[in-house]
Amino acid sequence: MRKIFLILFLFTAAFAQAQETISGKILDDKKQPLPGASLYWLNTTIGTSTIEDGTFNLPYSSENTQLVISYIGFRTDTLSIASPNYITYTMKLSSGKELDEVEVTKNRKSLERSYVKTANVSNMGSKELLKAACCNIGESFETNPSIDVNFSDALTGTRQIKMLGLTSPYLLIAEENIPAVRGASQAYGLSFVPGTWVESIQITKGAGSVVNGYESISGQINYELLKPVNDIPFFLNAYGSTGGRFELNTHFNKKVSDKWSSTLFVHGNTRVAKNDMNDDGFLDNPLAKQVNVMNRWQYTDAEKGWVSFINARYMRDEKQTGELDFDPDRDKLTTNYWGSEINTDKLDLSAKFGYVFPDMPFQSMGIQTAYNWHKQESYFGLKQYDIDQKSFYSNLIFNSIINNTLNKFSTGINFTYDNYDEFVNTTDVGRIDNSVGAFFEYTYDNTDNFSIVTGGRFDVHNRLGAFFTPRMHLRYNPWNKAVLRASAGRGKRAANIFAENQAYFGSSRELNILNSGGKVYGLDPEIAWNYGVSFMQGFTLFNKNAEFVVDFYRTDFENRAVVDVFASPQQVQFYNLEGASSANSLQLELNYEITHHFNIRTAYKYYDVTTDYTSGTAEMPLQSKHRFFTNVGYETHVKKGGKQWKFDFTYNWLGKQRLPYTGTNPVQEQMGNYSPAFSLMNAQITRTFSGVFEVYVGGENIGNYRQDKAILGASDPFGPYFDTSIVYAPVFGQMYYAGLRFKIK
Amino acid sequence: MKKIFLLMLVMLMGLTMQAQEKKKKNAKYNIEVKGNCEMCKKRIEKAAFGVSGVKYADWHADHQDIHLIIDENKCSIDDVRKAIAKTGHDTDTVKAKDEDYEGLHNCCQYDRG
Repeated sequence: MRKIFLILFLFTAAFAQAQETISGKILDDKKQPLPGASLYWLNTTIGTSTIEDGTFNLPYSSENTQLVISYIGFRTDTLSIASPNYITYTMKLSSGKELDEVEVTKNRKSLERSYVKTANVSNMGSKELLKAACCNIGESFETNPSIDVNFSDALTGTRQIKMLGLTSPYLLIAEENIPAVRGASQAYGLSFVPGTWVESIQITKGAGSVVNGYESISGQINYELLKPVNDIPFFLNAYGSTGGRFELNTHFNKKVSDKWSSTLFVHGNTRVAKNDMNDDGFLDNPLAKQVNVMNRWQYTDAEKGWVSFINARYMRDEKQTGELDFDPDRDKLTTNYWGSEINTDKLDLSAKFGYVFPDMPFQSMGIQTAYNWHKQESYFGLKQYDIDQKSFYSNLIFNSIINNTLNKFSTGINFTYDNYDEFVNTTDVGRIDNSVGAFFEYTYDNTDNFSIVTGGRFDVHNRLGAFFTPRMHLRYNPWNKAVLRASAGRGKRAANIFAENQAYFGSSRELNILNSGGKVYGLDPEIAWNYGVSFMQGFTLFNKNAEFVVDFYRTDFENRAVVDVFASPQQVQFYNLEGASSANSLQLELNYEITHHFNIRTAYKYYDVTTDYTSGTAEMPLQSKHRFFTNVGYETHVKKGGKQWKFDFTYNWLGKQRLPYTGTNPVQEQMGNYSPAFSLMNAQITRTFSGVFEVYVGGENIGNYRQDKAILGASDPFGPYFDTSIVYAPVFGQMYYAGLRFKIK
Repeated sequence: MKKIFLLMLVMLMGLTMQAQEKKKKNAKYNIEVKGNCEMCKKRIEKAAFGVSGVKYADWHADHQDIHLIIDENKCSIDDVRKAIAKTGHDTDTVKAKDEDYEGLHNCCQYDRG
């Protein structure tokens, strides 16, 4: 691996992504729709004109920031566009010389489903991300119906996300199309990305593309970081909560030259207060500290067709949890008090290069490379767990066409290397993984009502063997505002059973691997097929836009590293699947724009997730069969100077969840077979005073629902019944927070 | 590992070089095409793509023109003009027949001045 690490390149798959559009409405001086007004991006030939009702649609890309609007008799104006928000613009008569402020209201939907993309992708824009004021991307999915947010355990306060009834290890989580949260970082990785760094998140349900790898099974989540070329010179965000948690984010941006720009991101967070709302003698949330710094450089030469990004990041995160009186200096690895510390260091270097052929705008190539070092040192009572992962990833992509732009393809090769130094207590379970693969993906789009993306990749992996990964997506628009989608695909992965199931270290459970013949901790690789269909219909109800979506997805495991917590409350067993394991998910979603500034989203979700355990077929533990979700957002009209109020409310109802088996414990240390059903409410109010300054206040878990008994055996944490892993609801009750955002533009 | 990587890189580069040498393989044209709406756009582009050798076609309502990239070994720009005119849309040199123009949807019947 030597010096290759130092040569870091990579590619922006922006080239591979579908085109974004910006839309809006142009009004005349009397606020009447103005048809025929012309709009174009400055210094380009990309333009359009408004139709009868004054609205327009225009292809958007981040290189174009100056939008020129003109109409005879009105003053021509140029708007600076930083993101493809919905625009409402009122033309001024050209005779009037008064220099009124331009009124631009942004009204684009913050969560968008596309009518034209082939895969089932929804995009969470920056506005949606602001709805979760805090703090990292693991916490930003609370307002998204496609993703379920659960708590992973009663100790670390970590959110665990699920899609289609499967936990995050079955998702491919990528940072700008480079797989990011994987291996050692599975448990806490999402909490290591501050929310303010993120520009947008794309959520793909189902198989996903083959370009980024073979590991995704139930879907892909890609997050895009803020781009230095579009960023504002200074940004500050401060946050504090009644739980004693404080966060600070600052971004400094500088355009170094016409081609180079750079942003320095500095994040720090801490939790200083000891909270024990349920009086079990254990901290509800860990004491924590995190420092996270990233420097990002962007190089753009539009004339020659070059784009490049270079990132360097370092993070240190410390958590201390356990009994209130636990003092790590005195009590570490003793039985005085039960306590735990989890310390993580992370270094990430990545670079990507993209090149668009000047004579052929449809042809591009790129290289992405990343080096990641992730080191976690931790102990949980008397158990120790250390993992040090060094990874190298590179991907070379070439995009072009066959005959014409209706037929596109992407092809390339990639290489992945992972070196795990891993110790469970003092047992060395380390390993080295490497793989090399080639992919080809073909896209046909008739530019009207049909498209298909079909691809495959062939990989050779030292533990998973040589294998082929096929994936396919179809889109058909049978009639106006309707989309029918279907997808199918295969995924294969090595389960990092310890890193992914760290929650069980916080218990007296013995971790037993029952197989020994396989190449990954004695187990065989996980293989699954995912199939899905989705239908979306847009319609108008009382003259307002509404949208109905129905999704059905099924994941079938050929093999799975089964995690069995039904065999005994003193054990967690890992073994190869014998029989069947599947996850079915049905989602019905109804979104309605009650007025122009008042939106409601509702979703009902049904999950049927079962696995054949040695003790028989059982539901997936800690998974509700029924969930209901609603989110209501209201915002006032933007007044002069940018003054605005925003209100947001989210309600989640979770049906009963199957619990791990605790029947052989003494009666007071049992949990029963099912959790009760319960509901959770979050709300937030934002007051924008100007484009420069805004404040927000909010509450989480306003109904103050708490799990009665979060920790089993809390009175005797070194005894046989201790278990912090059975968490189906918040441990911490209601929590309120306030924060501010300050921007220099 | 490195070898495969380099080999692939060289192969892709090779592909590119070849593509750039024969200049006429990617001839760029902007020609005037009359039309009105989204339906026109689809029809015009479909007609252009119907000509073998047309790689890229993007029609703009506001500028009343189409941006084309064609392989001149396979077709000429006049072939594209004819194909578009056949669907009822006037181009800079080749005009549509009256009956083809009349056959257009109401909203697509652009002003023929």
